[in-house]
Amino acid sequence: MPTAAVNLRPVASASASARPAIRIRDLVKSFGSLVAVDHVSLDIAPGEFFMIVGPSGCGKTTLLRILAGLETATSGAIEIDVPAGSNRPDNSMVFQGDSIFPWMTVWQNAAYGLRMRKVAHKTIKDVVGHYLDRTGLTRFADYYPHQLSGGMRQRVAIARAFANDPQILLMDEPFSALDAQNKLLLQEELLHIWEEHKKTVVFITHSVDEAVLLGDRVMVMTAQPGRIKQFVPVGLARPRNIMELQGAPEYGELVQRIWANLRDEVQRARELEDKIGVKK
Amino acid sequence: MTVEATVTAPPRKHRLLSLRGRDRILSVVSPIGLLLVWEGAARVGFIDTRFFPAPSAILSLLIEMLKSGELLTHTAVSLRRLFWGSVIGGVPALVIGIVMGLNRTIRALLDPIIAATYPIPKSSILPLALLIFGLGESSKIFMVAIGVFFPVAINATTGVLEINKIYLDVGRNYKADRWSMFWTIALPGALPVIMTGFKLGIGIGLILIAIAEMIGAKSGLGYLIWSAWETFAVEQMYVGLFMIALIGFVLTVALNELERFIIPWKVN
Repeated sequence: MPTAAVNLRPVASASASARPAIRIRDLVKSFGSLVAVDHVSLDIAPGEFFMIVGPSGCGKTTLLRILAGLETATSGAIEIDVPAGSNRPDNSMVFQGDSIFPWMTVWQNAAYGLRMRKVAHKTIKDVVGHYLDRTGLTRFADYYPHQLSGGMRQRVAIARAFANDPQILLMDEPFSALDAQNKLLLQEELLHIWEEHKKTVVFITHSVDEAVLLGDRVMVMTAQPGRIKQFVPVGLARPRNIMELQGAPEYGELVQRIWANLRDEVQRARELEDKIGVKK
Repeated sequence: MTVEATVTAPPRKHRLLSLRGRDRILSVVSPIGLLLVWEGAARVGFIDTRFFPAPSAILSLLIEMLKSGELLTHTAVSLRRLFWGSVIGGVPALVIGIVMGLNRTIRALLDPIIAATYPIPKSSILPLALLIFGLGESSKIFMVAIGVFFPVAINATTGVLEINKIYLDVGRNYKADRWSMFWTIALPGALPVIMTGFKLGIGIGLILIAIAEMIGAKSGLGYLIWSAWETFAVEQMYVGLFMIALIGFVLTVALNELERFIIPWKVN
């Protein structure tokens, strides 16, 4: 279903693969006099694992929320490519922090999107069963979130998004609240599940490591107002082994390259914060 | 000067009872102790039995009244009023409260009315209730309803407003329609706070039913207590007080159980 904020263009012909999965043109979002997203234009290819890094307050979350239909753009256009006749949702989001419903069991949480789309019961059972299995949650299907650890709760959020079978997956710093070990585990698991169907992913992070480990391409954003500073293609082979990758020289080079760019922006964001005295 | 160092740790005190077990026993011992002291003091004549009759005397009257069926009749009447009052006050309060939480316009419209009427002591409305509804059942039920209404309505609004915004975002992102937003997010999200409102409201309802039955009623525990005062049947008064306390206790336990059943996700 098309939403007000996002213009969905049905694709009729077989040239679908040539078309970007997401087209963003001159996107601007301002809150009063504050410009959060400033003339952002970019194409994201189908099946691309696209990473956005930027200092806090650079408007990366705003950009993602516009893609998710939770925020309307001030001007500009977003097109999410939806094949003609598809009844799949255009996007599903994995939120930052705890977002699974405390009043639903793991199973009910994972099935939420499908239930809202009124998918047949049998299908829900199969699909949810599959993704609970992939996220190692089958044993905990009847647990409530408060009985789970933070890492497991975020697994449920990932299962919920994948089970909904969206055209694109949006991830807003999904692992930022986790400890280092859990983060590593979940990154590996995410890559594993993603390899299955290679959905288009837009993933926000403030960690340069994470951007290189997971992504096909990294976009660095400037401090406020949020503009595109640089695109860095990650060309590392897939499927990836995170442990091995972290020792590879290409990995170190990429991290350094991105960090060199990001560093100035983080510095600038800090100065801005000091000047305004507002913590974003 | 010599310094003696203790090398071995001091011997650990051996506990016969865990702290919890001890607390449990104490909590049973203290009321029984009080009753025994009371009984003794009444028998010896240390306290005036016209005001504080011996617990044994109260108990024997209670048994007698149970046998005659009189006590159960009064209790049943009070419970029935309490029940209907809670339903009639609670259900609209639930709906109004949740709608106020969800809809800004309705909240702006109704909030001042509730804020202005809430501080009125509910017992002071009794004469008005008698004027409007007369001496029959409806005035008693109305009093309970008014007592239950406010805490439930206010808590339902608060409960909905306090739902973490991220859950509403999830609902929107996963294309929940209005109906689903209500049933899968607003209601369950607010339920723990609503339940607290119900507990509070039924407690107030119990106070109000006792007061309402004292004036202009011919049955119920409130009436039993009041008529005991009029005929100076002090033991009967204590029987009435005991029953009201018992109802309060049983309702608290029952509502806590109900809460555990309908809100299984609540962290204790």
